[in-house]
Amino acid sequence: MDEAEAMPAEAEVGPFARVRVTVNGAPHEAEVETRTLLVHFIRDVLHLTGTHIGCDTTNCGACTVLLDGKAVKSCTILAVQAEGRQVRTVEGLAEDGKLHPVQEGFVEEHGLQCGFCTPGMMMTTVALLAKNPNPSEDEIRHAIAGNLCRCTGYVNIVKAVQYAAQKSRGGGSK
Amino acid sequence: MIPPRFEYFAPSTLDEAVEILGRYGGEAKVLAGGQSLLPVMKLRLAEPKALVDINRIPDLAYIREDGGWLRIGATTRMNDVNDSNLAKRRYPILTDAASVIADPLVRNMGTVGGNISHGDPANDLPACMLALGAQFAVRGPKGTRTIPAASFYLDTFTTALEPDEILTEIQIPKPRTGQGNAYEKLEKRAGDFPIVGVAINLFESGRKIESAGIGLTAVGPTALHAKAAADSLVGQAPGDAAFRRAAELAMQIAQPVSDLRGPAEYKRAMIGVLAQRALRTASKRAGGGA
Repeated sequence: MDEAEAMPAEAEVGPFARVRVTVNGAPHEAEVETRTLLVHFIRDVLHLTGTHIGCDTTNCGACTVLLDGKAVKSCTILAVQAEGRQVRTVEGLAEDGKLHPVQEGFVEEHGLQCGFCTPGMMMTTVALLAKNPNPSEDEIRHAIAGNLCRCTGYVNIVKAVQYAAQKSRGGGSK
Repeated sequence: MIPPRFEYFAPSTLDEAVEILGRYGGEAKVLAGGQSLLPVMKLRLAEPKALVDINRIPDLAYIREDGGWLRIGATTRMNDVNDSNLAKRRYPILTDAASVIADPLVRNMGTVGGNISHGDPANDLPACMLALGAQFAVRGPKGTRTIPAASFYLDTFTTALEPDEILTEIQIPKPRTGQGNAYEKLEKRAGDFPIVGVAINLFESGRKIESAGIGLTAVGPTALHAKAAADSLVGQAPGDAAFRRAAELAMQIAQPVSDLRGPAEYKRAMIGVLAQRALRTASKRAGGGA
């Protein structure tokens, strides 16, 4: 880890803990400092950099991943808390080179500009649609209340979620 | 931001957790959802030497009625409350509050026990607990004791919990016929801490208010128990006159401070507005209306 390398002396590192976690279906195991945040474990240890670090203060949702299927902010969870659990990141969405319906929705409806919030926004959408396959616009807006977009606004994001919902239910055109 | 270093423990029993807390003598913190603890650690407002993760202890997450009580396990997530038909149907104040705490992602981790025992006057559930006359089961080295919500909150971030005690269960009296309750929260933006909040619990019988509980959020060093305001309702007919007077009494005990969320006078005025709003909703619910 970058932080570990930046530490001045061995004595000032640690304590450590062994973490075993399944990420996007693949088991991983690593010895990390107990204070390692899940987002750093995902990005710096597993090198899955699709999960972004935005505000680092539990506000923006750029770091959203699924923990046992539930959308959570990985900047506010310790890696050790994920011990023995299932994590899904944006890298786990596409299968066999084919975009997930949620990814397709964000492409088709132009649900992004800079794209920084997009991985988190999509993970929240995946969790929403698993629980509520046919959400109303109001339900969508409430569900993404913990994910901030600072450029495109939410109109096209809502459309992207609606597209994904339609597509996931097996519907064709809207 | 990375939290300061700490020893991490994930005990599988409450006794073990209590023993570790005792060993660190006030230098360890309980980790439940971590949605308040990890942010304060990142900011170095708390630098515990050890964290005791209680999530691996079985049977600490549940919502059930048993005996005269609704019992909520300490590690029950906020969204488990929102998904609970029992809470929705019989304890609407809990879903009023749990649905506006932080945002949906935080609510997937944040726990009922954490929101109640963190001791932040801006947490939403403490005022609800005061209004409902709840009590908390607490496990320590000498076994279990029960602390009423009304004597739990001592000061900001300071509760009646000893350093080697863990809040294990929230106990709320089962509703009687004629009971209604509601929580109103005013936010600057979705997911923020409240500007202010008001929790109301009412019992009505024969078009008279038989008893009432009122809790206030974010207008004092702790959540406030507005006893005089609640007592003023007893024996009165539910309606605007009685509600306005109770709201004025609630405004009198509020000690708001001016900050980024608004000036003190504004917050005091909003206590009055929200109190009347919550009283009307609670009264409607007491009559069996939605």
